[in-house]
Amino acid sequence: MSLQLFIEQLLNGIQFGFMLFLMSAGLTLIFGVMGLINLAHGSFFMIGAFSASFVAGLTGNFLLAILASLIFPALIGIMVESSIIRKLYERDHLDQVLATFALILIFSEATRYIFGAFPLFLDIPNILQGNILLPGEIVYSKYRLIIIIIGLFIAIGLYFLINRTLLGIQIKAGQNDRQMIRVLGINISRLYTIVFAMGAALAGLAGALIGAIQSVEVGMGEPVLILAFVVIVIGGIGSIKGALIGALLIGVLDTMARLFLPIFFELIMETSQALSLGSSLASISAYLLMALVLIFRPTGLFGKK
Amino acid sequence: MLTEKKFNLIIVLGIFAFSLIGYVINEPYFITLATKIVILGIAGCALNLILGFGGMVSFGHAMFFGIGSYVAAISAFHSMNGETIDLIFFDFNGSSQMLFNWFLAVIFSMFFALVVGSISIRTSGVYFIMITLAFAQMTYYFSVGWTKYGGEDGLSTYVRNDLFSINTMLPLNFFIICFACLCVVWFILNWVINSNFGNFLKGCKENEEKMRSLGLNPYTLKLTAFVISGAITGLAGALYVDLNRFVSPTSLSWQTSGELIVLVILGGSARLFGPLLGAIVFILLEQFLGEVTENWQFWLGVILVLIVLYFPKGVSGLIIKD
Repeated sequence: MSLQLFIEQLLNGIQFGFMLFLMSAGLTLIFGVMGLINLAHGSFFMIGAFSASFVAGLTGNFLLAILASLIFPALIGIMVESSIIRKLYERDHLDQVLATFALILIFSEATRYIFGAFPLFLDIPNILQGNILLPGEIVYSKYRLIIIIIGLFIAIGLYFLINRTLLGIQIKAGQNDRQMIRVLGINISRLYTIVFAMGAALAGLAGALIGAIQSVEVGMGEPVLILAFVVIVIGGIGSIKGALIGALLIGVLDTMARLFLPIFFELIMETSQALSLGSSLASISAYLLMALVLIFRPTGLFGKK
Repeated sequence: MLTEKKFNLIIVLGIFAFSLIGYVINEPYFITLATKIVILGIAGCALNLILGFGGMVSFGHAMFFGIGSYVAAISAFHSMNGETIDLIFFDFNGSSQMLFNWFLAVIFSMFFALVVGSISIRTSGVYFIMITLAFAQMTYYFSVGWTKYGGEDGLSTYVRNDLFSINTMLPLNFFIICFACLCVVWFILNWVINSNFGNFLKGCKENEEKMRSLGLNPYTLKLTAFVISGAITGLAGALYVDLNRFVSPTSLSWQTSGELIVLVILGGSARLFGPLLGAIVFILLEQFLGEVTENWQFWLGVILVLIVLYFPKGVSGLIIKD
C-alpha cells in the first residue's frame, strides 16, 4: 500500500470523526446538562439532510441548503423539547429510552409520509467538486476537506462558547448543580431549550454534510446515532473535549479497520469471505474499543468519577 | 380493578382462548398471532426480571434472543443438509429435535450472558445501557459478516423441528408447545421472584449498600439474575425460529432490543408478567394499526409516548389494584 493511500484514508477517518463529533457534541451536552438519553438525536441528523436536500432542490443554492439544515432541526427540536422532552428530564433512563425510541418511529414515519420511501439526493456544489492537491503529492476530495474544516471550526467555536460566554458558564453550572442554577434565578427551562436546539442544529448540519456524500433516506440517522453514543461513552458523558477525542478516535479506528482487516484476512482466506468478515469485524472495532474503555475506566476517558 | 393473580390468570387464559377461537373458526393466522404473543411474552418477562426487579436496563437483550435463534437455526440447518460441524472432540451433525435445540440455545445464551454480564454489571446507569448495547451490536455485525450462515440475508430452516411424535407443522400444536414453555417459564420466574434470592435482587435495586452490609454480594446476585434472564430470552429466540423457520441479523439488531423494552414498559415493569400483556397490546396494535394505515409506526410511536408520559405504570397499572 502506498503512503498516499494511507494518508488519504487517514484523512477520511478524520473527516468521519468530525462528522461524528457534530452528532456527539449535542448528545453529550444534552445528557450532561439535562440528564437525558436522547435516542431521537439521529432523527435530527435525518431531518437536517432532508431539509437541505429539499431547499437545494427548490433554490439550487448549497449555502441555503446548509442554512436550512441548521434551522429546521433547531425549530423542530424546540417544538419537541417544549412539548414532550421537557417532561422526561425528571424521569428515569428507562422512560427516556422508551419515549425517545417512540419519537424515532414518529419522525421516521412522518418523513416517509412527506418525502416518500425513495432516497433523495443532495449534490455537492460545483466549486467543491473534484480533488485538491495537498502537500506531499496527496490528492484529496475538496468536499471532504471542507467537512474537516467545518468540523474544526465548530469544535473551536464550541470551546469558546462553553468557556468564554455567559451561556457556556450557565451550561457548565447546569452540569454541576441543577438546583443551584435555579436558585440563582437563571431561566433554566430556557437554557434547556437552547441546549437542545443547539444539539439538534449540529446533528442536522452533520446530516446535510453527509447527505451530499451518501443518499438522503429514512433511517440514515440511527447507525450514526449508535456510533455517537459509543463516542460519548468513550469520551466521558458530558465532556465536549471527550466527545471530540472520542469521535476522532472512532472515526480513524473504523476507517483504518475497514482498510486493513480485509487485507489481513485475505492472507488466510479467499477474497470474498475476507472482505465480508473484514468489514463486519471493522464495524465491531468501535464497540470493542468502548467495552475496553469501560472495563478500565467505567466513566469514560474524560468523565467525572 | 383486579388482583394480580386474577389478572395473570385472565391474560393467560385469554391468549389460549384466542388461539382456540382461531382453530374453531379455521383462521390459522389467529393462532400464529397468539404464538407470537406467547414467544415475545416469554422474552419480555425474562427481560423484566433484570429490568423491573433488578433495576438493570439492558439495551442489548436482542443479543440473547438472536443467539438463541441462531444456535437453534444452525443446528437445524446442519441436520437438514447433512453437513457436519467439526468440533475438536467430535463431529456435530446438527439436530432436528426441538428439545435438544432448545437446550443448545439456552446453554449458549447462558454462556454469553455470563460473559457479557460479568463485564457489564461493573458499570451502572447509562453506562450499563450503552455497554449492553455495544455487545449486542458486536453480535449483530458478526452475524452480518458470517456468510456461511446467510450473512445479511439470514438463514432459512424450511421445516419445524420435531418434538416427540407431535406434528409441529400444525399451528395449534405448535402454539400448545410454546404455551407449555410459557407455563414452565412462568413457574420458574415466579419461584425466582418469591425466593430469598428474588427479595435480595429487589433489595439491590433499592439500595446496594444495604445489601452489602447484610453480607450479600450485589454483583453475584445481579449476575445470576442476568444469566437466568439471558437463558430464558435465548429459549424464546429458539422458539421464534421454529415459528418463522427463518432467522436474520434483524433479530440481533438494536431495534429488537428496543422492542423488547417496549413490551416491558407497555405492560408495566412493576409486575413480573406485565410484559405478557405488553406483548398482547403490542402485537394487536401492530396488527390493527397496520390494517388501518400504512404509517402505523407513526401512531404506535404516538401511543408509546402517551403511555410513557401519562401512564408510567403501563397498561397493567390501569387494570391491577395494588
